[in-house]
Amino acid sequence: MKHAKFTALALLFGSAGLLAVAAHAQDKVKIGYISDLSSLYADLEGKGGATAIQMAIDDFGGKVLGKPIELLTVDHQNKADIAASKAREWIDTQNLTLIFSGTNSGVALALAKVAEEKKRVMINNGAGSSALTNEACTPYTVHYAYDTVALSKGAAGAIVDGGGKSWFFLTADYAFGHAMEADASAVVKAKGGTVASAVRHPLNASDFSSFLLQAQNSKAQVLALANAGGDTINTIKAAKEFGIDKTMKIAPLLVFYSDIHSLGLKNTAGMQFVTSWYWDMDAASRKFADAYMKKTQRRPTEIQAADYSATMNYLKAVQAAGTTDADKVMETWRGMKMDDFFAKGQIRADGSYIHDMYLVQVKEPKESKGTWDYYKIVKKLSGDDVFTAKAESKCALWK
Amino acid sequence: MEIFGVSMPAMLSQLLLGLVNGSFYAILSLGLAVIFGLLNVINFAHGALFMLGALLTWMGMSYLGVNYWVMLVAAPLVVGVFGVVIERLLLRWIYKLDHLYGLLLTLGLTLLIEGVFRSIYGVSGLGYDTPELLEGATNLGFMILPNYRAWVVVASLAVCVATWYVIEKTKLGAYLRAGTENPRLVEAFGVNVPVMITLTYAFGAALAAFAGVLAAPVYQVTPLMGQNLIIVVFAVVVIGGMGSIMGSILTGLGLGVVEGFTKVFYPEASSTVVFVIMAIVLLIRPAGLFGKEK
Repeated sequence: MKHAKFTALALLFGSAGLLAVAAHAQDKVKIGYISDLSSLYADLEGKGGATAIQMAIDDFGGKVLGKPIELLTVDHQNKADIAASKAREWIDTQNLTLIFSGTNSGVALALAKVAEEKKRVMINNGAGSSALTNEACTPYTVHYAYDTVALSKGAAGAIVDGGGKSWFFLTADYAFGHAMEADASAVVKAKGGTVASAVRHPLNASDFSSFLLQAQNSKAQVLALANAGGDTINTIKAAKEFGIDKTMKIAPLLVFYSDIHSLGLKNTAGMQFVTSWYWDMDAASRKFADAYMKKTQRRPTEIQAADYSATMNYLKAVQAAGTTDADKVMETWRGMKMDDFFAKGQIRADGSYIHDMYLVQVKEPKESKGTWDYYKIVKKLSGDDVFTAKAESKCALWK
Repeated sequence: MEIFGVSMPAMLSQLLLGLVNGSFYAILSLGLAVIFGLLNVINFAHGALFMLGALLTWMGMSYLGVNYWVMLVAAPLVVGVFGVVIERLLLRWIYKLDHLYGLLLTLGLTLLIEGVFRSIYGVSGLGYDTPELLEGATNLGFMILPNYRAWVVVASLAVCVATWYVIEKTKLGAYLRAGTENPRLVEAFGVNVPVMITLTYAFGAALAAFAGVLAAPVYQVTPLMGQNLIIVVFAVVVIGGMGSIMGSILTGLGLGVVEGFTKVFYPEASSTVVFVIMAIVLLIRPAGLFGKEK
C-alpha cells in the first residue's frame, strides 16, 4: 500500500514535470533559421541573416501575442537532408511556428515539403528557384526576396534588348542553376535571341578555366552565369584572367552585394544585373543599413535586408491573426499590404511576394565614393512585369 | 582535325589547363606522400596549410606591402615553422597509435584553423592581383594562356623534381628513407631521427604553403579554399600509392589532365571522375599505381 502511494506520487510529479515542459514550449513563439553558415553561400546570408532576423524581433519588442519570440539557428551545410531533419526535429520537439529557409534551392525545396506536411509557415529569401512558387508551390511558402524568373526577365531582357542575341550558359548543376538557366533561356528565346550551348559545373567547383574556354569557342556573344556566391566569384575572376570579357559580354544572372565587395569594382565595373534591394537606394534603406552595420561592420546584402523585413511582416501577420496557426496566419498575411524600406507589395496566391525589382549597374572605380558604394540603379522594374505571370504559372493554388 | 567532336586546338588547350590544375595536385600530394612516408601520419591539415600559404600572401600584400616574390619564400617559411610547432606539440604523441588518430587530430586542426579565419574574413574571399611581371597572356595559336598559369606549371614542376631528387638521389634522402624503414637502426648510426621527422613535417607543410602562394592570384583567397582541393589530393595519393614520391607527382599531373578532359566531354562528372578512377585502381592494384605491396 505504501509502495502504491509512493508510485502514484512519483507519477504525479512526473506528469507535472511533463506538463511544465509542454507549457514551457508553448510559452514562446519560435523561429527556426536554417541556412548556409559556413560554406560558399555564407556571406550572402549566413550569420548576418540571423542578425537581421534578431534585429527585427528586437524592434518588434521581443514579444508577440504576449509570448517571447525565440530564434533558433542551424547550419544546413548545403545538404537538404540535414535541413529537413532539423526542421522536423524543431517542429516536433520545440513547436516551431516559422521556418526560415536560407540560401540553396535544393534545401528550400526540401523544407517547403516539410512545412507543407507539418503545416508551418516557411519564408524563403536566400534560394532562387522559381519552382518554389510554381510546380512545387504550397499554401505555406512565402518566396519573399527574388526568384529566377524575376532575375531573368529583368537582366536577360535588358541584355537581349541591348544587342546580346546569342547566349552561352555556365550553369551550377543543381536545382537553382537549372531553374535559372531554363527561365533565362525562355526569356532570351522569347525576345528573338538564341542559346548556343550550356555547360553544367558541379556546385562549389574550384577551377572554371576549362568551362570558360568552351564558352569562348562557342562564339556566343553573351556568357551567362547561372551560378551564385563563391562559384560566380571564381568564374568572374578566371574570365578576367583569360580575357573572356574582351570577346564576350559577361552576364552574371544572380549577383549579391557581397560578391561585388569580394571581387572589387576593378573586376566587375559595368556589369548589369537585377537585385531586389540596395542599401543606398533611399533614406529608409540607409537607416536600416546603418543600424545593421553597427552590429556587423558590414553593409547588409539584399537577402539580409529581406530577412529583417520578412520577419517583421510575419510578426505583424501573427499579431493581426491573433494566433500562430499557419493557415490563419497565411490568410491574414496574404490580405496585408506591405510597405517598408525593403519593398512594397502583396503576397500572391502562389506564395510570391510581388514587389518592384531593380536593374543595377556596377560603378566604375572612379565613380565610387569608397568601400560599400558599388551600384547605380539603372531602372526600376515593376513586380507585375518581372515575376511569373498567371499564364506561365503551373501552381495549382493560383488558378 | 576533331576528336569525338572536339577540335584539336580545343583539346590541346584543355590538356594545358589540366596540367595547370595537375601541378597543384602534384605539389600537394607530394607533400602528403613525404609526410606519410616518414611519419605514417595522414596529414588532413594539408588543405589548411595550403590555405595559410595563400592567406599569408594576401596578408603580406595588404598589411605590410610585401610583394608576391618575397612571399613566395616567406610564406612557406612561416608555415614551415608552424609545421614544426604542430609536430613538436601534437603529432609526436601519436606516432605509436593507429593511423586513424593522426587523421582525426589533423582534421580537428583543419577545422580549427579554417574556423578562425572564416570568422575573421568570411567566405567570399579576398582578391589577390597577379604579380606585374606575369601579367598578361600569351597567344599560343590554339589558345590564349595567361602567363601566370604557365608560371604555375614551371614553378611547381621545378619544386617537385627538386624534392624527388633530394629524397631519391642524395645522402640526406638516403637517411630519410632509411629512417622510414628502421628508425632505431638509423639512430644507432648517430642520425638524429626525431629532428629529421620534425623537419620532414615542416618541409611538407612548406610545400603546401608554396602551392598556396601559387594559387593566390588564380583562385579567390578564402579560408575554405583548401577544403575542395584536399579531398581530391587524397584520392590522388591513394591512386599514386601512399608514400611513393614520383608516383604522386605523375599521378597528380595525370589526374589534372583527366579531370580537364572530363570537363569537356561530361562536365557534370568532373568533380567525381577522380574518385571513380580511385575506386577502379583500388580494385585492381590496392597499393596504388606506383606503390609497393607490403
